[in-house]
Amino acid sequence: MQLIVGVDGSDYGLRALGESLERAQQLGGDVTVALYSDGQTALDEIESLVSEELSAHDIDVDVIWLEEEPGSQLIELAERDGYDQIVLPGGQRSPLGKINLSNTIEFVLLNAQTTVTLVR
Amino acid sequence: MTLRYPDEPLDDLPAPPVTFTDGDGRSIEIKQATDECIEPLVDMYLEFDSQDRAQGIPPSGEEPIRKWLNIVTEDKSLNVIAWDGDEAVGHAMLVADDDGSYELAIFVIQSHQNAGIGTELLRTALGEGQSQGINRVWLSVERWNKPAIAVYEKIGFERMDDTSFERQMTVRLGAE
Repeated sequence: MQLIVGVDGSDYGLRALGESLERAQQLGGDVTVALYSDGQTALDEIESLVSEELSAHDIDVDVIWLEEEPGSQLIELAERDGYDQIVLPGGQRSPLGKINLSNTIEFVLLNAQTTVTLVR
Repeated sequence: MTLRYPDEPLDDLPAPPVTFTDGDGRSIEIKQATDECIEPLVDMYLEFDSQDRAQGIPPSGEEPIRKWLNIVTEDKSLNVIAWDGDEAVGHAMLVADDDGSYELAIFVIQSHQNAGIGTELLRTALGEGQSQGINRVWLSVERWNKPAIAVYEKIGFERMDDTSFERQMTVRLGAE
């Protein structure tokens, strides 16, 4: 099982990463962590949040940066390197609690040829 | 989030309390919510049909409902309820965002839909917001929810963004 886990700097993204790492540990799969910005969090901030999360798990992962158009880069990567699944954060909450899917999530959902999991 | 708003504020909005007869002949009273309204709202949302959920709200189950009501009734928010006797049948809320605008949502229980309550409740909530000095209101609605979009447009909301699953609509209540 080869997973790409997208992390966008949101609380949701970090939770998705934590859950995916646990699942990957159980299944013995390979994980690539793809960092991209949700537009609100700076990339170096995301990186430090992610390395904190990674150090809490005893697992080897590849970490890559997606600077531009993270949606299409996620899909290209999944197809080129034969990943089984793309795992993404399950959407941001608006002030009154509505879930909003980012353009990146929407793009991946519509265009991916692999299974896509949104973590809630 | 950067949204555009219409130039002109809405006018002729009612302010609560409002009493009117709905399309099915029921007498409906619309009032601003107080702390005592939480229990009737919990009852309303426990009965709520999941097919009318929008973007994850209202949540299902009593604890998640209470947690969510806590968020939407915090100090800076404005909540207006439609009553049929002592039963809460509709709820409109305006919740402050980070840049001084307000997000709006409205729910009407299935037994009281298609009777004009939603439109009246929305207009009354916006009227109360206007009298409290709220200037900008936005909402998101799923692109395929044509009936809701039609109601929002009738009231004066304008479509501002069609780039994702959710359509953003905005209305102006007051000049800056």
